[in-house]
Amino acid sequence: MSGKREIDQLSGVDTTGHEWDGIKELNNPLPRWWLWTLYATIVWALGYIVVFPALPGISSATRGVWEWSSRADVRQEMALVAQDRQALDDKIATLDINAILADQDLRGFAVSAGASAFKVYCSQCHGSGAQGGPGFPNLNDDSWLWGGKPEQILQTIAHGVRDTTSTETRDSLMPSFGKDGILTAEQVTQATNYVLQLGGLEHDTAAVAAGTAVYADNCAACHGDKGEGNQDLGAPQLNDAIWFYGNSEQQIAAQVRQPKHGMMPAWQARLGESKVKQLAAYVLSLGGGQ
Amino acid sequence: MSSHWEAVSKAVSNTILIDRPVDQQDVKAVNTGAKARGTLYAARQKIFPRRAEGAFRRLKWIIMAATLGIYYLTPWLRWDRGPYAPDQAVLLDMANRRFYFFFIEIWPQEFYFVAGLLVMAGVGLFLVTSIVGRAWCGYTCPQTVWTDLFLVVERFIEGDRNARMKLDATAWSPRKLWLRFSKHVIWLVIAVATGGAWIFYFADAPTLLVSLVGLQAPFIAYATVGVLTATTYVFGGLMREQVCIYMCPWPRIQAAMLDEDSLVVTYNDWRGEPRSAGTKKAAAAGLVVGDCVDCNACVAVCPTGIDIRNGQQLECITCALCIDACDSIMDKIEKPKGLISYSTLRDYNHNMAIASAAPGAIDPRRIRDGSGSFVSGIKEFDWHIFFRLRTMIYMGLWSLIGVGLVSLLLMRDRLEVNVLHDRNPVAIKLSDGSVRNGYTIKILNMIPEPRVISLSIDGLPGASMSIAGLGDVTGRSADIPVDPDKLRALHVFVTVSPQLLKAGETSFHIVVSDHQSFETDTYEAAFEVPEPMK
Repeated sequence: MSGKREIDQLSGVDTTGHEWDGIKELNNPLPRWWLWTLYATIVWALGYIVVFPALPGISSATRGVWEWSSRADVRQEMALVAQDRQALDDKIATLDINAILADQDLRGFAVSAGASAFKVYCSQCHGSGAQGGPGFPNLNDDSWLWGGKPEQILQTIAHGVRDTTSTETRDSLMPSFGKDGILTAEQVTQATNYVLQLGGLEHDTAAVAAGTAVYADNCAACHGDKGEGNQDLGAPQLNDAIWFYGNSEQQIAAQVRQPKHGMMPAWQARLGESKVKQLAAYVLSLGGGQ
Repeated sequence: MSSHWEAVSKAVSNTILIDRPVDQQDVKAVNTGAKARGTLYAARQKIFPRRAEGAFRRLKWIIMAATLGIYYLTPWLRWDRGPYAPDQAVLLDMANRRFYFFFIEIWPQEFYFVAGLLVMAGVGLFLVTSIVGRAWCGYTCPQTVWTDLFLVVERFIEGDRNARMKLDATAWSPRKLWLRFSKHVIWLVIAVATGGAWIFYFADAPTLLVSLVGLQAPFIAYATVGVLTATTYVFGGLMREQVCIYMCPWPRIQAAMLDEDSLVVTYNDWRGEPRSAGTKKAAAAGLVVGDCVDCNACVAVCPTGIDIRNGQQLECITCALCIDACDSIMDKIEKPKGLISYSTLRDYNHNMAIASAAPGAIDPRRIRDGSGSFVSGIKEFDWHIFFRLRTMIYMGLWSLIGVGLVSLLLMRDRLEVNVLHDRNPVAIKLSDGSVRNGYTIKILNMIPEPRVISLSIDGLPGASMSIAGLGDVTGRSADIPVDPDKLRALHVFVTVSPQLLKAGETSFHIVVSDHQSFETDTYEAAFEVPEPMK
């Protein structure tokens, strides 16, 4: 404040000595408690700095005497959640898959837990929506190589397909009819046209007639007389609308000549019984299971 | 003006003041004159409001009883909603996300009712303020009501203004200690009851009270009670007018909502000035004086410690106690009431013009006829100010929102369906060539009764549905039991047979209906068939 005191004529209040464009600031003093409140907040701030993380350093901040951190809080909360889930996990591990599915609450938990596990372990091949892709089965549809019943799906997830680390793994092998010279190139074309006809696709009628015998001799043992497939052997159904490796003549012929075989890891050893059952529950919830 | 009446009153007090018709209170307004010079911070000046009696004080007692009664008792009212819903009349059930208000139950998505009520409260405040100024501050603001309540306790224990001032000035003694102690204990009891009442709005009151007393209630309940106890005690008991003057933004906002036709508490200096210590004596001495006998009764009763005779001020909460105080003095000296009154700026200016020969020169003779009553030109309170364009617009707006909310309430759905189309994947081809889309369908049963809701699809030839977890559902409709007052989420698959597939997007309807109440709700959904799947 300036030494010279000036009293405003109209209000009788003295001015602070500040003036802007001829407008003078009157000194209507703030209440003193307001000032004390300011000091109190400063004291509070000092206490805060001592107790809580506050002052930034180069790689981290001061930790404060209470050593509080939001990460520790999260860890603690996660531990509590895990504790709550353990009981459900244990229950799922001991129960039969059909019993889990029959229990409304347990199924809900298993499906949710399975959904998040699916994103971590399965989505790389089957896609985030389990819609699959060429060579990787779509799990939403009703076509199943190794069976779509709960226990069949569980078996596939638990022990994998063609995974030698598990003795119970799904295993089968389709001969390389073309490459190994079992069938001539012409016979391959005939068999291919027969398969096209089974699937209701465009085909060469003459080749189909010739292919009937080729199919019956070489293919029907696994894929069935009418192309209905065989889930025990993982032999795909050929008379439906779902084509694992594509439905063009070329794609089918390539599969007859030298078939590709998919491989899926056995998950039970890695994830445990409970997680595998949760994954099965999730896959069944996609709507294609039987 | 001021120099004139100062000269007159000085003359009066120096010469003819022998006896006053009424005692003069030794009190000064806290917001004038005594400001600390040269410092930026001033100590608070203690205020000891004197008890007032009169029409406005009675009105304030009634409003106080009503508002406190509503606040403390509402959570204890019961309302039967059947076995599936709580029986508390007013309940904000945060855990279950339901708000109950007597016969109304609101779900979170119906929060616009609360928003509408808040808008109504806002417009209502505009309306009230444009008519009677800061009536909210003076009569119904919790700060005012609780301060009044705390003052009742203070007066009961320590006595009225003079006794309290005396007690405040004396040195500490066992008696003073005892009086102060009991006052603060009662204040704290009120504060705890106030903080306690708040939490009963959020849980079943009787159950919560038992657990609260038994130290079984959740921490948040005690924390809330603690914080509200502290604020009630500090604001109502210790800080009082400081809250209104320095902490509350509302005086500034409301002051901007007044106009020249709003009623504000006004000192009618056109009939009060020049002040004198005694009108009769002054008249005997041949002096012309106004009705104000400078008794300071208006200052002594003021809860914010101001002198209303200095004009309209930010500190004035328009509690109207100065009107009561002045009216009782006017009765005593046999003058008409209303030297301090609710008056509009327009009326005030009109009357002032009659009273003043020249601006600032008030001559009390100009407003009175020979018999001592006011001349006919003097304007007094007139009901017509209630019906101005501005108030009508506010009233219209307020009623419009009110009518809108009530009609919404009467027409609102108690059965709703929300649908989310699966996006990953959008469509699935099945082995027989048919295509399937998935939908998350949420059925909202918004009444506290269990219901069986029929869920069906309308349109989309060749479609049938199945529901995850409900194996027996096939066809185009299903009966779904839904728990009382609950939402049921279903994952529904709709499959269209290969012969009737149409590539692209086909719209159809998902319908929920209650066959007993005939309520129904429809969602227009889309069925997607990507080109390669056709």
